[in-house]
This record gives sequence, structure tokens and C-alpha cells, in this order.
Amino acid sequence: MLARVSKPARYIGMEGGAQRPEHAPHKVAWLLAYPDTYEIGLPNQGLQILYEILNERPDAVAERTYAPWYDLEELLREHEIGLFSVDTHRAASDFDLIGFNLSAELTYTNLLNMVDLAGVPVRSADRRADHPLIAAGGHCTYNPEPLADFLDLVVLGDGEEVVAEITEVVGEWKADARRRGDRTSVLHALAGISGVYVPSLHRPRYDGSTFLGLEPIVAQAPALVEKRTIADLAEFPYPRNQLVPLTEVVHDRLNVEVFRGCTRGCRFCQAGMITRPVRERPAEQVRSMVADGLRRTGYDEVSLTSLSTADYSGIEQLVADIVDADGDGPSITVALPSLRVDAFGVGIATQLQHARRAGLTFAPEAGTWRMRQVINKLIREEDLYSAVEAAFANGWRRVKLYFLTGLPTETDEDTLGIAELARNCIEIGRAHTRAPSVTVSVGGFVPKPFTPFQWFGQNTVEELQRKINLLRDATRRMHGVQVKWHDPKATLVEGIMSRGDRRIGDVLETVWRRGGTFQEWNERFDLPLWLDAMAEHGLDPDWFTHRHRTAEEVLPWDHLSAGLHKDFLWQDWRDALAEVGLPDCRWTPCYDCGACTGYSIEHIVASATPPAGGSQGTGQDLGSGWTPVQLRRPTSDVVSA
Amino acid sequence: MRIRIRYRKLGKVRFTSHRDMARCWERALRISRLPIATTEGFSPRPKMHFGLALSTSHESMGEYLDLDLRDPESLEVDLAELPGRLSAVLPDGVDIDAVAIIDRSEPSLQEAVTSCAWQIEVPGVTAEELRPAVDRVLSASALPIVRERKGKPVSDDLRPGIVHLEVLDADPDDLVSTGAVLSAELATQPRSVRPSELMAVFDPPLTEGRVRRIHQFIHVDGATREPLPPGAPAMVPTSVGAP
Repeated sequence: MLARVSKPARYIGMEGGAQRPEHAPHKVAWLLAYPDTYEIGLPNQGLQILYEILNERPDAVAERTYAPWYDLEELLREHEIGLFSVDTHRAASDFDLIGFNLSAELTYTNLLNMVDLAGVPVRSADRRADHPLIAAGGHCTYNPEPLADFLDLVVLGDGEEVVAEITEVVGEWKADARRRGDRTSVLHALAGISGVYVPSLHRPRYDGSTFLGLEPIVAQAPALVEKRTIADLAEFPYPRNQLVPLTEVVHDRLNVEVFRGCTRGCRFCQAGMITRPVRERPAEQVRSMVADGLRRTGYDEVSLTSLSTADYSGIEQLVADIVDADGDGPSITVALPSLRVDAFGVGIATQLQHARRAGLTFAPEAGTWRMRQVINKLIREEDLYSAVEAAFANGWRRVKLYFLTGLPTETDEDTLGIAELARNCIEIGRAHTRAPSVTVSVGGFVPKPFTPFQWFGQNTVEELQRKINLLRDATRRMHGVQVKWHDPKATLVEGIMSRGDRRIGDVLETVWRRGGTFQEWNERFDLPLWLDAMAEHGLDPDWFTHRHRTAEEVLPWDHLSAGLHKDFLWQDWRDALAEVGLPDCRWTPCYDCGACTGYSIEHIVASATPPAGGSQGTGQDLGSGWTPVQLRRPTSDVVSA
Repeated sequence: MRIRIRYRKLGKVRFTSHRDMARCWERALRISRLPIATTEGFSPRPKMHFGLALSTSHESMGEYLDLDLRDPESLEVDLAELPGRLSAVLPDGVDIDAVAIIDRSEPSLQEAVTSCAWQIEVPGVTAEELRPAVDRVLSASALPIVRERKGKPVSDDLRPGIVHLEVLDADPDDLVSTGAVLSAELATQPRSVRPSELMAVFDPPLTEGRVRRIHQFIHVDGATREPLPPGAPAMVPTSVGAP
């Protein structure tokens, strides 16, 4: 059958580093699923980490699966074959749990499709005791309500520790002949694990048509479900054996996570809010993970991943060490995704130059200083220009700039500011190279739960398109500037999912039943399908996306917690509207957002000072005063309090 | 120093493409730390010269790759242990059968190979049913087909490209067959004939099941040899080897 589908290598497993799963009756069998194609899902680090951690346990076994492309899906349905694992081609329905990684809203219908292909009823209420438990983790689970009717359990936060607890609870249930036939018994027990949310054990309350929140219906389910956070990344040097696929995938290189969490405090950024605090991996561990990884995989490129890699303490030395360690072997590329312009100095530029050169991407996010104060991305125009100067002066010819449009308080002046920045970057480039190129990439802003912008009414499709056109027209005559944008129609659907409530579940099911899968793929995205389904279920896209929320409104995710105090987020929202910035708490005093204090954890960073160069956006005297920083490895260049 | 490698590609790994395999080789060579010569310039690439592409989902008993090793480090490479060393870091199902030094003046694999032998499983028919159809194909004076070349349809005669064609009496042990099995030798020059094109000239057209390349042949001056016989002693130049 695989000989008849496109790119069959996506379904055969056999990757370098693949585990050899050994099933046994006493083991809890996990099928880790990514609701998008293999090419997109395979590199997912979260999934790979859990794959290893689970397979290391004597009481668990884990395999993987990805969304079959629709040509294979057609064949599977025609021959009545179910979803299978790529590792051993085992039927998905034979697993105890199917755990989905949810990273993007437009993949939700793929999740329904995969559950259905597995031969499992899509609604959790229709499942029997012998059906796999359908679980989800990942950033989108901070508002899982649109999927509440389809998921048996949802995990909030870091998965490294909680998967062990889930395994134990499910294992005990399986082993207990009296409870095994009773699905509610295992769900009750799972609800008692910190970080686990069982949607069916919470019931929405309404006063007329006003939503009053979700309340637990059994004693085991907590009124507020807290996220899980691992205290120290150094205890989890995973993946130890990163998967090396036989066929080409995105991010096809060695990836080493150098820190988790980010406290720069960009107000649009959900990742930066929900993954606090900053936990750096010790440099020594990074170096050995890179060296071992390159030796084992045969990759010639390594990416140092995090939410803002240039903020890693001693990043310049680290990059230098990696390049040096490679010695006289084949030259390697060091990629630094998510570079902040104020932390990208000449030092890093020259270090990277010794390695082979990957593209450079900066994310100023907004076109004017005023706008950047609103979103708390406090980088000055000079910071951007010096970063771009460093890049062009060190031999780069192409620079990519990321922006958001549709931000709170955004005016046309802010939009046109993007064009102005691009023009100036090209001018800087001309001094160093004959044909500098600047690609401006624009995404429509989607307000996310657990951010200060969760109360903001998203821009309409028309408004976003108008702003994109404005920018396109303004850059039309700028030689060397290309503008790319994300489809505003897709942004609308993302917005509905991002802050939707349980009623959106019906819409998801309708869209899925009408063939609306792979909606994150441009050629498959179908806005009328979504709008029709919304209308049929009596739901107004306007109400869900474009409406500003008030302080009093109960939000669909208020029964979940990312550790952040709601009044902190509200204050930050007011500060945004007042164009007031907030410094990074890893280098300045704590402002008590709740993420550390609530869980008795703290930042782990090797240096108490921000990286050199640029304004760093703090506006603070960083050389004095108390900082809430745990010093991991005191060295001479650490300024301690 | 240039070496020629002969390898098999069997089992699930057949679903990888020619391009996928090239990337697997690149990584395997880096892991093995062989002193591969690289191209000059801004982004150096290892000097690897692949033979004829093998279609995705076809297996092979005889694939070839030529590699340039850096001198003088190449002299320290133990060619006898190279098959084991490389097989260990290549995907399961890719195994090295022979390695030999070749002269740099040897024509490239793509130029040298003149035909390939194939075993093609034809599901849903018996050997007896298939034999008359094979006779009709072989007795045809011309087998016109339409190919697409540079986006334009071009008509071509497939018959000269069919060097040999027969129905095998029994299933070969290593092909799990659900039907008859064709043994075919198809020319690769001046134009390569693909197994799928052969299937299409039957009337009615045959469905291609499992396909395996068995040999690649070099016909020169009436003699036939392989680019490298399986199990060729590591240090014997191929020009000495007989088929």
C-alpha cells in the first residue's frame, strides 16, 4: 500500500535513534502523536523527549505516529485499516494512551481525524473502557476548551515528570481487575495528578447566557488545575538520541535546548508567559550534548534552541567552543533561532562566521518604538541597526525580519514604520554588499490565553488585509525588500480556537466531518467551511475574536493556571495601553507574576547580568541591587549581588 | 583515491527516495569519519558520485556509489573492513557487498551502465496466464509509447530497450509473491526503460507489485560485466573482475 502513496518514507520509522519498543501486558503503552505530517511533527522536541523518557521506564513503552497525508488516509479507509505507529506499525487502538502534542490551533481537526482513524469514538463520552485514553499536551492546552469534549485528559506544562505519574496511575488501573472495566475510575484517579485536567470532570456554569466558569463535579478534580514545571533542565539532558529521519523534515539538524522559559515579558508571546521561569542548561552539558549529538547523528548543523538564544549566559563563548571543538573535521553550521537584536552583538556575528553560515532572522515584531513599548519588546531602532550592521559586515547578505500586525493600539504609522525599518536595513546593507536582501515576514496577531493581551479584541480579516496591503504598497519600490505574510483568514480561525470555549467543539466536529483536515496547509485551508459551521451552531466569530474582554469577564481558561496571577496580567495589560515597559526579571527585581513564587522555584541562569551590547530594553541600572538569580557556576565574569 | 561501493537496498528502506538515500550516505560518511574529498568553495560537499537512480519503493541487489577519498589519508583506510564499518551506520536494509579501488579514468556509473536486470512481481495473475502476453510483447516489431519530455509528449519505441524478458517458473525465494514474477533486462541507454513503462506496454497493462533491481550491467565489445561483482576482493581493481 505504501508504494501507492506520496513520500512513503514518512510511514516506515527506522530513524537513527529510534527506540525498539517491547510491549508487555504489565507495561503502559503510549502512542505519542503529532497532528500534522511527519515532516512537521518528527522534529518536535517535546515528543522526542517523552518518547525517550517513557521507553527508559520498565513499566512503559512508547511509539510514535503522525497524521497520514490524505492519499494514505483514503487508502486506509478504503481497506478499513486503522491509524498505526511508525515504529512497529502497531494499531493505534492497541495502545493504552494516545498522547497528542498540540502546538497549533489549525491542527485540531487533524486530532479528531486521527482519533477516528484509530477506531476510537471522537467524543470522550462515547468511549468504552477498552478504548485508548486520548491525552494532549503542549502550548495550546492552556486553553483546551474547544477540544474539551474530545480529550480524556489534558496536561499543562512540562511533561518530563508528569508522564511518569500518569503511567503509574494507568498501570495500576490496568492491573486491577475490579477497576479495569470502569473508565471513570481511571479518569478520577488521573484528575488527582497535579498538572492533569480531565475536562469531563468539570461542568460549565451559566447565568442566563453569561459564562460563570467551570467547576469540578467530583472531589478528585481540583477547582484550579496548576501547570507542571521542571525545576532544573540539567536533570533532563534529553533527547539523548535525537531521531535522525531517513527522509527530509523541517529543522533537519541537531537541536539542543539551551534553556527553557523566557522572562523578556513580550506581551503578545504566550510561550514567554507560560514557560516561566528561565532555566538554563549548564554550558558544559550543552557542549557535550552537541559533541555527542554531532558524532552520533552525522549532522553538520546544530541549532541551539530556546525562546531567545542570544540571552543564554555566555552565548559567545559557547558558540566559540562548539566551533572549536569541531576542530579539523567537516565544518559545521551553528544556527541560533529566535535572535533578539539587542543581544546579537558583533561578538556573536564573528563567532558564527567561523562556522558555516545559516540565515539570520531577527524579530523586532513592531515598526515603531511606541508600538514596541506597548508589546514590551523594548528594543531601540539603533539596536536593530547595529545587529543588521554586524550581520552584513560579517558577510551575511540576507536578513529576515519578523513582524506582527493587528497589535493593540496599532496605527497606520506603526504599520508604515515596518517599511521604514526595512528601507534603513537595506541602506546599511549596501555599505557592505552589492545586493543586500531583507525579507519582511508579517503575521496577523492572535491574542492568546495567559498573556496580558488575552482581553484584546483581535483585528478583523479586512483590517489585517488592509494593513498588509499598506505595507506591500509602501515597500513596492524598495529594491531588495520582499514582504511575505500569513493569510489573515487563517488568523481569524486561529483566533476562534485560541480563546474559544466548549461550544467550539461542535464546530470542530462539523468542519472535520466535512473533510476540513490539514487546515494549517494553505492549499487545504477553507474559511467558508469554518464560517458555515459557526453559523450552523449559532456561534458568532465576532463575539469570539474581535470583542474586547472586560476585567470582570470569566474567561474559558480561568480554571487553569500557568502560575501567573490574573491581576498581574491585568496590570500588564493596563501598562501596555499606557505604553509602559516592564524589565526582564531575571536581571532585575521580581515583580511577582506568580510563576516562581507559586511553585517555589526560581530562575537558573549562569550570569546575573544581561548579555553585553544594546540597550537590553531594561532601562535599569543592572550593576547594583538584589537580583532573584541563582548562580549556577560562579566565574570571574559573573557580577553577583 | 576513488573507490566504488556496491550495496543492497532491501526491505522497508525501499520507501526512501534517491535523494533521501544521498542524504543518508552523507550522514553515514560523516559518522564514519572517512577522509572524503570535498568540493572547493563556500559550502563544501563530499565528492560522491551516484549511479542510476532507483525509484522510491523499488528494492535492489546491486546499487553503486563512487567516492573520492582524500589523499594521502586514503592510504590508511582499511578497505577490507569498510563494508562492515559503513553498513553499521547506514539504515537497516542497506548493506555493503563490495568495495574496490577504481581508476579515476573509469567512466562514471551513469555513463558506463548499459542495462539493468529486474524482477517484477505481477500480482493477480499466474505464470501460465502471463506467458502468452510476454510472447506478444517480444514478437512485436515496435512498442510505441508516449513519454513526456520537457513538458511535451514525445512518441518513442520501447521495443529496442527490452533486452530480455521472461516469466520465472517458480517464485524466487526472496520475493514474497502473490502472483507471477517477470524477469526483465531493460536498457539504460540511449534512454532508460523503467519497469513501469514495461508494464504499460502490455495489453491490458500489468500492475507492478514488488520490484527489485538484481544487476546492473556494462556491455562493452560483446562482453558483459558488472561495475563491481558482489564480494569482489577489496583491493582488486574492477577492470580485472569478470562478470
